[in-house]
Amino acid sequence: MNPAVLIASVYVFALAAFLGYQVISRVPPLLHTPLMSATNAISGISLIGSLVLAGAKGYPLQAHILGFIAVTTATINVVGGFGLTDRMLKMFKSRTAAKKEEAK
Amino acid sequence: MTLTSYFMEATYLVASILFIFALKGMSHPETARRGMFLAEGGMFAAIVGTLIGAHIVTWIWIIAGLAVGSIIGAWMAIWDPMTAMPQRTALSHAFGAFAAALVGIGEFLVHGAEMTVVTRGALGFEIMLGSLTTTGSLIACGKLQGIIHGKPIQFRGQNFVNLAIFLGMAGCFVSFWIHPESPIVFYSMLGIAFVFGVMLVIPIGSADMPVVMSLLNSYAGLASAATGFVLGNNVLIIAGTLDGFSGFILSVLMCKAMNRSITNVLFGGFGAVIAEATSNAGGVMREISLDDAAMQLAFANRVVFVPGYGLATAQAQHAVRELAELLEGRGVTVKYAIHPVAGRMPGHMNVLLAEANVPYSSLYEMEQINPELPSTDVVVVIGANDVVNPDARDNPKSLIAGMPIIEVDRAKSVIVLKRGQGRGFSGLENPLFFKACTSMLYGDAKSSLSHLAQAVQHV
Repeated sequence: MNPAVLIASVYVFALAAFLGYQVISRVPPLLHTPLMSATNAISGISLIGSLVLAGAKGYPLQAHILGFIAVTTATINVVGGFGLTDRMLKMFKSRTAAKKEEAK
Repeated sequence: MTLTSYFMEATYLVASILFIFALKGMSHPETARRGMFLAEGGMFAAIVGTLIGAHIVTWIWIIAGLAVGSIIGAWMAIWDPMTAMPQRTALSHAFGAFAAALVGIGEFLVHGAEMTVVTRGALGFEIMLGSLTTTGSLIACGKLQGIIHGKPIQFRGQNFVNLAIFLGMAGCFVSFWIHPESPIVFYSMLGIAFVFGVMLVIPIGSADMPVVMSLLNSYAGLASAATGFVLGNNVLIIAGTLDGFSGFILSVLMCKAMNRSITNVLFGGFGAVIAEATSNAGGVMREISLDDAAMQLAFANRVVFVPGYGLATAQAQHAVRELAELLEGRGVTVKYAIHPVAGRMPGHMNVLLAEANVPYSSLYEMEQINPELPSTDVVVVIGANDVVNPDARDNPKSLIAGMPIIEVDRAKSVIVLKRGQGRGFSGLENPLFFKACTSMLYGDAKSSLSHLAQAVQHV
């Protein structure tokens, strides 16, 4: 990694940390469990690193196999994480919505 | 750069922006779902971008991995019960961190020789954080699932042993940093980090799980961010950092809610040996009959329910909602008071009650409900213990002294639903149970609540 890229990456890291702090401290305790599940799903973005390992040009077979396992676990996180987060968020209802559900 | 590489980078930028919007949406239940759709779109774009732009030549492993992962992930998303959310979240920390560690190993295999000092440093962090989070989260998951005993596992000189393991790991890291050519050092670092993860979590009791979960969340995110540094990939850095900081903020909040420091949670072994610190909690616990309890509830003006982990173990969330609705039908004002560390992960109780169709406007945070408690007629404590323990406020010698609590003892009367007369999970005596305003209703929380509901109907 050359110094210019490193410095750019450190900038990205610092700005993301600042932005993350600003955004996440606004999440109410009510939604802390879905938040954890959502950030988990989002950090499943390491899937893209796994994809490269599993299939890109110039990688040997053992890298492909490691990549395969990594793709599997990361995909579990992405699919499972987003699925569960949505299932959870669907359950949080305002008073009127909860009443409507009951009437059905 | 080719056209496809530009396209790939563009999808990463779009994904980063959408992820941030998604987390912004999390600030309110009304906007949260829409936000998550954006994040899903971003993720999909990034995956497609990678497949098109990353010079993929071997498809078989990718397709197999995506297929197996999707099936397992979808199965979990659809079938996992809400009560199993803590262990399922711990498991997903393990998966995420493991993927990061594997990518790190792969990078070492392929590009190990030509890495610069900076990249090696990032790789070291990726490997260490990734591996220790993997095993640590698996242990946490085992404890939450009950496969491993929830009590802290401790032995003499534990902190010393852990320190030695940590130094060993750090030594390997430094050595790898300076002399990258030796694979033995690299794999020792990996192995020791796996062991360190186990050692880090076994001495921690289940009651401290909210903090541990948040910390592991943070580590898993930072491992992803380190992967981003190794691969020179900004979307990984952004998403990993967001995850890392989210976990960090949650850990700080959880620690504040227990009035303890992170070091104390990690190295204190809370809940192991609790001896003299208990206060003069003597006297008799007054038992109350179902009918009397139902009578009190039915003729109250204001009722507050305080759920704890016992609500989750008894799966009583639907029973409490039914009782609450009957009471509301009689004109009683019903509220739920949620302590930040009630349950086994941040926000655990909110999700359970939401599952039972309790509207979120009835769920109150500790700071909101405490001023209302003196004017509350009946408080029903369901499987909560430490979070309502007045010792935290009154007895400076108590182990939980200074922990903010839901001050239920200020209410006019308190009914505690409890399985038996024994002490709570942490092993602390709770003076609340001996107060004059408190009465005990023994039995399984779920059946007690549904019997109460029946009795209220007949009042």
